[in-house]
Amino acid sequence: MDTRLNEEDLAFQKEVRQFLTESWDDEVRARCSNPATMKEGAEEWQDRLYKKGWMAPHWPVEHGGTDWSVTQKFIYNSERATFGAPEAVPFGVTMVASVIIDYGSDEQKAKFLPRILQSDDWWCQGYSEPGAGSDLASLKTRADLDGNEYVINGSKIWTTYAQYADWIFCLVRTDSSGRKQEGITFLLIDMKTPGITVRPIDTIDGFHHLNEVFFDNVRVPVENRIGEEGKGWTYAKSLLVQERLSIAEVADSKRALTELRELARGEVNGGKTLLEDPLFAKRLTDVEIELMAVEFTELRALASIAEGDEPGPESSLLKLQGTEIQQAIQELRMDVAGYYSGTLQGDLGADQLGHDFADSAQKNFFRGRAASIYGGSNEVQKNITAKYVLGL
Amino acid sequence: MNFNLSEEQNLIRDSIARFVSENYGFDQRNTVVAMDHGFSTEHWQQFAELGWLSIPFAEAHGGFGGGPVDTMLIMQEFGRGLVAEPYLPTVLLFGGLLQTAADAALQEKYIPKIISGELQGAFAYLERQSRYEMTDIATTARQEGSNWVLNGEKTVVLNGGAAQKLIVAARTSGEQFDRAGITLFLVDAGSNGFKSTTYRMTDGQEAANLTLSDVTAEAVIGTTGDGHALMAPIIAAACTAVCANALGAMEALNALTLEYCKTREQFGVAIGSFQALQHRMVDMFGACENVKSLMYRAVCTAQEGDDDAQRSMLALKVMTGRAGRLIGGEAIQLHGGMGMTDELSVGFFVKRLMIINTLFGDADYHQQLFAKLVNVSSSEQGEQSSEAA
Repeated sequence: MDTRLNEEDLAFQKEVRQFLTESWDDEVRARCSNPATMKEGAEEWQDRLYKKGWMAPHWPVEHGGTDWSVTQKFIYNSERATFGAPEAVPFGVTMVASVIIDYGSDEQKAKFLPRILQSDDWWCQGYSEPGAGSDLASLKTRADLDGNEYVINGSKIWTTYAQYADWIFCLVRTDSSGRKQEGITFLLIDMKTPGITVRPIDTIDGFHHLNEVFFDNVRVPVENRIGEEGKGWTYAKSLLVQERLSIAEVADSKRALTELRELARGEVNGGKTLLEDPLFAKRLTDVEIELMAVEFTELRALASIAEGDEPGPESSLLKLQGTEIQQAIQELRMDVAGYYSGTLQGDLGADQLGHDFADSAQKNFFRGRAASIYGGSNEVQKNITAKYVLGL
Repeated sequence: MNFNLSEEQNLIRDSIARFVSENYGFDQRNTVVAMDHGFSTEHWQQFAELGWLSIPFAEAHGGFGGGPVDTMLIMQEFGRGLVAEPYLPTVLLFGGLLQTAADAALQEKYIPKIISGELQGAFAYLERQSRYEMTDIATTARQEGSNWVLNGEKTVVLNGGAAQKLIVAARTSGEQFDRAGITLFLVDAGSNGFKSTTYRMTDGQEAANLTLSDVTAEAVIGTTGDGHALMAPIIAAACTAVCANALGAMEALNALTLEYCKTREQFGVAIGSFQALQHRMVDMFGACENVKSLMYRAVCTAQEGDDDAQRSMLALKVMTGRAGRLIGGEAIQLHGGMGMTDELSVGFFVKRLMIINTLFGDADYHQQLFAKLVNVSSSEQGEQSSEAA
């Protein structure tokens, strides 16, 4: 057993820190954190990553990825989170790209991967439907073959950033005669195709990130199908495991907890800081101790991946615990803001309102409620763990 | 970065696992616990022959020179079978203090006897009023010529009945609660004025309350007045060790419960098919994984001399206490009426987990230490280290 970094890894860590110090500057940070400029901010940041060659660390080198070891990927992600820099928007570079690399044709790889790498295309994910949430395989959006085209009818929901997206990757039903997991096909659809409409969904956090996407006789060329017809569930499933591992956001929670502690140190109640309040200290340390455990659960998973094991159903436990920690931190941050957590800052400056983090605290609290719902609700993760890990 | 065991470590683990599977069945354990002092001297000799008693000791004293990972493996495997032999009090506490704090003459005299299985020891640090505060020591030692004479009472001394030699913490200067002024003494159980009252703990092990009336100590361990500083690292390592013991017990308890839910039928189906029960078992599994992760964190940081070692140990002790309660309670609940009986080992595992929670301070106590450590600001940290200097 040994968790120390070797010379090579320490040198790599230094390089990552230097890059982040130089490239994650105040300007791009400000643009990324303001919802109104988030798209341009993300594109600017991803462009800097691209120029450094770090836009897609997990891709094979031949497509523009890196040859980083599992440890190096871990180091990069930890440092990124410590600096407060965001991950690249995942729908293109992490999600659909993995499926294209693993199951796409050479033409699809040549057409889509370079544009994802350079952030030319924004992608969104068309999985959930009004009638298919955690029970994803019961999806009903139809794709009927007509000559060399599929004709799509139906709708997708909870589609993050559909308002920005150039493309959507979709699970559609091409056959409803067999088991519900069969007859699902994986399609790449140009959002500019006639018949697609996007309806924004207002959410409790006050941001606009979710949408419903309607398909009305949308014609998609067969060449935009990934792999074989009816095998979409298999392609999508490999993605789900990866999605769950990344949803845990352990490194980001570590940064959030450090910030939270300093915020609590600055709040004074009856002459004592919140850190001196034994009930607050209990809740804060409960989260920290749990996070310290999950941090090593992730390291254990990474160590086994490094030795050639596939990440498996254990990723469900990480998703479950990681999102519970995120929510606990968000809740504490809102509590630190006290009665200001009920205020809407709007266009007021922090000096006018009298508080500088209350607005983000309440928004993140409400936004964070989604973490135990998306990527398969936490109750579904418990079902998966019971079935595949415990054998029940 | 890896969490693999060395070849030697795999051998240690496998040999203990074999011993447990051959000697620690339900009835076998009941027989052992019913023996004098709650353990088998035959087993103890076997441990000596297999070299297990030598593992934490330095090679210079005939030991194996093992580290925190080795101790973890031993204690974890012992935990799976609720092994009753007093490895913690004799080897880790008594032996650990001799190894780190005693002078060379005492080490040469006694460590080989521990390794050969001839010597049973104990560490007496608790008192009636002290609860979890190890500086709260009212037992006194006064100097008479070249001798030290002890007076006072010590409570819940694990292995206090079988121990031939004990290390006793007593106050030689300062006030109650002072860190300075505590001194460790080696005391022979046959000394004049030494009286022990033995009793059993809920998990079957034997403990004792000691009354010391003008007992002349055999020797001072380490420097006079430095006892607290000498105890602290041994207690920290022992915390990690008992958590490993708890981890083994939790793994065994989870496996028993899972097996029971797969086979026990109600309403015409295995009860493990009910979602309400499945989710509870996932919570038990998650709690056990948390302990395992913090366990690896604690032994790796301790072994590597990492700055995070103290924080990791405290987190482990807190999580072990809380996870033990959760897993223990759920195991009884999911076994239904059978979980209430002494006909299954479930209750024995739960009792061991509950005792481990209280050892060296419970989860609440350690969480307060944890909060104190992590909530110190960077400027206060500077002040503290300059104070320490």
